[in-house]
Amino acid sequence: MPNLKDLKNRIASVKSTRKITKAMQMVAAAKLRRAQDAAEAARPYAEKMEAVMSGLAQSVGNSDGAPRLLAGTGKSDVHLLVVMTAERGLCGGFNSTIVRKARAQVETLRAQGKTVKILTVGKKGREQLKRDHADKFVGHVDLSDVKRLGYADAARIASNVLGRFDAGEFDVATIFFNRFQSVISQIPTATQIIPAQFDTPDAGQDSGSLYDYEPSEEAVLEDLLPRGVATQIFTALLENAASEQGARMSAMDNATRNAGDMIERLTIEYNRSRQAVITNELIEIISGAEAL
Amino acid sequence: MATKMQFDLVSPERRLASVMVEAVQIPGADGDMTAMADHAPLITTLRPGIVRLDGVEGAAEKAYFVTGGFADVAGPKVTLLAEQAMPVSEVTAEIMDGLIAEARAAQDKARNATDGGTGVDTAGKLVADLEAARASTLG
Repeated sequence: MPNLKDLKNRIASVKSTRKITKAMQMVAAAKLRRAQDAAEAARPYAEKMEAVMSGLAQSVGNSDGAPRLLAGTGKSDVHLLVVMTAERGLCGGFNSTIVRKARAQVETLRAQGKTVKILTVGKKGREQLKRDHADKFVGHVDLSDVKRLGYADAARIASNVLGRFDAGEFDVATIFFNRFQSVISQIPTATQIIPAQFDTPDAGQDSGSLYDYEPSEEAVLEDLLPRGVATQIFTALLENAASEQGARMSAMDNATRNAGDMIERLTIEYNRSRQAVITNELIEIISGAEAL
Repeated sequence: MATKMQFDLVSPERRLASVMVEAVQIPGADGDMTAMADHAPLITTLRPGIVRLDGVEGAAEKAYFVTGGFADVAGPKVTLLAEQAMPVSEVTAEIMDGLIAEARAAQDKARNATDGGTGVDTAGKLVADLEAARASTLG
């Protein structure tokens, strides 16, 4: 039987763990609210961008002069996977789910005989992928000193990706991130950003063709596509940030609850041991008294 | 009184303005233009410059500095998507000088590039536009 002193120490240590996880949960909740607000605020821009681009892409898309960001390089031999994860751990399966999805994609592509390159955003994904895919790394974007995600961060990643595309380093780029569904559910998502893909709008859509474009449809599209890439990356970053906090919140909630259970169990054990000690002492006293 | 229309200015990070206006002056890539209600549908890219609002309801800002982006003019509604935008009253010399320095660096880079320098003109125009905007915002 563990002695009383040990049990008491364990209880104290689990209690302080519970305090920490509780605090982390509350911090995550506050950050989650901010992240959600940021994602909400970014939505009008992204939606408008998407609407205008898909309208344009429809009218320009099939011509010969379509920009390479839309039409692609005509090949799909080299794939760039942009894997976005968190800079910090202790957020449940958040990082692992993204990495798992990316790994599966690497396997699929490799089975098809494609070359895969990986650009990591966030330290945790890099650490996890390093084990078997370190040879495919082409770069890393560090966001650990970014306090508040801004469009500038997304623009930086976008220019990194676009620079590589212009240099002919890859044909297809896909981003991996977690789409925020709710605090308990984040969906690992893969979105192809280069060449640009749009949900085909209803055939009877009237926008696109009605518009005048200045300077010209092609020029506007050419100007918009790089911005579109940056916007998609920005949206992904914000979704990811919200998901990370959501995942951390529920992970810490679980941890807090587990710690509570553990304290309860330990306390019962402690009380039983104490009782046993007292009973023993009583027996000793009584049997001592009887012996007289 | 002229008919009013909805004007929205959105940046990637937030919605900066959403007001009813009579007319909007837009610094289009091909030249300035003014859009009023029921303007023909138009999409134009922007050059760095100042967006002026006429006949704004309430005490909203009347002029914004934008570094680029595009405008979607559609009948009863004008939407401006700007990568960076701020009320003119908040523009300071430091911000403008920073942007101009950035544009200059890009210009130098384009000049030194080996691809025949197609980017030089674009970069030069950006510098010129920014300088003009600096002059008109800071007076």
